[in-house]
Amino acid sequence: MSPPNEAVAREDAQFRGVPTDDVLIDLKDLKMHFPVTEGVFIQSVIAHVKAVDGISFKIMKGETLGLVGESGCGKTTTGRCILKLEDPTSGEIIFHGQDLMNLDDKEMVEVRKKIQVIFQDPFSSLNPRMKIGEIIAEPMRVHNIVPDEEARNNRVVELLNTCGLKANFADRYPHEMSGGQRQRVGIARALAMNPEFIICDEAVSALDVSIQAQVVNLLEDLREEFGLTYLFISHDLSVVRHISHRVAVMYLGHMVELAECDELFDNPLHPYTRALLEAVPIPDPDLENGRAHQIIKGEIPSPINPPSGCVFHPRCPSAHDGCKKEFPEFREVKPGHWVACTEV
Amino acid sequence: MASLLEIDKLKTQFFTTAGVVKAVDGVSYTVDEGETVAVVGESGCGKSVTAMSILRLIPWPPGKITDGEIRFAGKDLLALSEEEMRNVRGKDISMIFQEPMTSLNPVLSIGMQLTETMLAHTDISEEDAHNRAVELLGMVGISEPERRLVQYPHHLSGGMRQRVMIAMALSCEPKLIIADEPTTALDVTIQAQILELMKNLTRDLGVALIIITHNLGVVARYADRVNVMYAGKIIESGTAADIYYRPHHPYTLALLKSVPRMDQQRQAKLDPVEGQPPDLTMLDEGCAFRPRCRFATTECAEGLPSLETVEGGHATACFNKDQVAATMKEAS
Repeated sequence: MSPPNEAVAREDAQFRGVPTDDVLIDLKDLKMHFPVTEGVFIQSVIAHVKAVDGISFKIMKGETLGLVGESGCGKTTTGRCILKLEDPTSGEIIFHGQDLMNLDDKEMVEVRKKIQVIFQDPFSSLNPRMKIGEIIAEPMRVHNIVPDEEARNNRVVELLNTCGLKANFADRYPHEMSGGQRQRVGIARALAMNPEFIICDEAVSALDVSIQAQVVNLLEDLREEFGLTYLFISHDLSVVRHISHRVAVMYLGHMVELAECDELFDNPLHPYTRALLEAVPIPDPDLENGRAHQIIKGEIPSPINPPSGCVFHPRCPSAHDGCKKEFPEFREVKPGHWVACTEV
Repeated sequence: MASLLEIDKLKTQFFTTAGVVKAVDGVSYTVDEGETVAVVGESGCGKSVTAMSILRLIPWPPGKITDGEIRFAGKDLLALSEEEMRNVRGKDISMIFQEPMTSLNPVLSIGMQLTETMLAHTDISEEDAHNRAVELLGMVGISEPERRLVQYPHHLSGGMRQRVMIAMALSCEPKLIIADEPTTALDVTIQAQILELMKNLTRDLGVALIIITHNLGVVARYADRVNVMYAGKIIESGTAADIYYRPHHPYTLALLKSVPRMDQQRQAKLDPVEGQPPDLTMLDEGCAFRPRCRFATTECAEGLPSLETVEGGHATACFNKDQVAATMKEAS
């Protein structure tokens, strides 16, 4: 049970529509190691890419959890693992009390009705040979949710309207639409299944700023209207701050920090989170002139051969010898604020 | 003192089967020596085409510079022969592109690509070019430059490749560098490294920089002056402070309002510009932003507002600029 002051805190604008403490997804020590093979006919595994190396988090019903990090940190792989589009090496993925790791492909089909994905690239995620109406109707047809064709077409029009598109878009092809409109089609298709949980994988990253704001607003409206839960995967920290209730930061397959949104941005504890926030330029010239611009050195190491101990230690300004030995425990330093660093 | 670069009423059009695309439609701006000027706008507003026009890299067909003048250090670039133009590209003016993956030649070593420009444009010997290449790689923060020279682009990460691009751009000591979305493809921490490097190098070497971007944060951090473009025209220009704190054009105002800010707790819903940017083949007599503008009046449909001075170097192209400025004041 949460303490009563937390319930009060949820009354403010940040927590609109987060009604309960029901856990929807519970990820426990998820690992996804991809084998690296050598040889053409006789393949032997020579190494593993540790894309996700033991992460755990919970997502509450009605919540938006932001998942941030740079390329190769494992954020997309985490999303794909939840849907079992990858076959995770180990760990538990509890959805509605059921461990998805134990389900076979047939049982997963049922689960995938409730979990949908919105992809980054609105150009490659829609079939160019299908009309928009067919694209949105396809999941309903495949899962036999709305068997009657006329009812299905009505539902398509309804979904188009929900996503801010006119009914006549159903007869168009993807190439006749702009990027923002295509992303709305992607959202309509995800909604067609009446999902509970949507994984938004860089869903607004490819859009221009004015269009991005429209789609962000649409996603927020839909969450409130349909009581949806989002895992919002993005590298854009400004959008994540705007849309998320809680935020998790990943680096090289590990979770380094997790906290309530404002807490994480106003009071970052992990050196990597601090470096990440410092690197993002803010659209305010006076403020920028006053910032220190302490820029973190070095590049992200390869996940095939990650650094020993804490994977961030080669780039970390406050690293000491102990950091090279052991990955620090992911611990709760304040209520709801988790961090993996011994120096905090 | 004359500016280093003066673009005057430039028009670049693409003659396509769907009609004439007026990608750049009467753009004028100047860049002084050693100055950083940002050109901001969304996809298709003509910011990259303007840059390509400066170097005369518009492919014909279908594209063509139909009108206007581009003067660089007193020379009229549009009047130069192709041979003379080649001496300008890479020497006086160099360019850094968005995609470090595709803008380096994959089958040539880093050393070859770095020395090629120097050998083509200057009388330098091969040995001196090699030494200069080592020096340049050190300058852009690449470790073990000797070893890197014999490597190929695929050996390097995205950030490293962009550093090589910067080294190439600097190799002939240009007076102006045009950087077209130089960090859009990079991760945030790498983006910050590259931008900081570009800022320090251009300042130390006195090189002018045109930075083309859609990222308003990058502009705030690095630009002296800003030009905002919409549908092939500059709709507002001024210092960074003019643009961010005293916008007089509804599009500038809308852009600022539609970006979520990382340093602020969210107060309310974002306030996006409704609708889509216009089709550049179908522009009419009036202001191109009119269909999306909440300040639009009948006057806006009848004629095109020209870029008029608000104060000092701050200019805007809007009939209702006073109302826009008043709204901004109220909001802050």
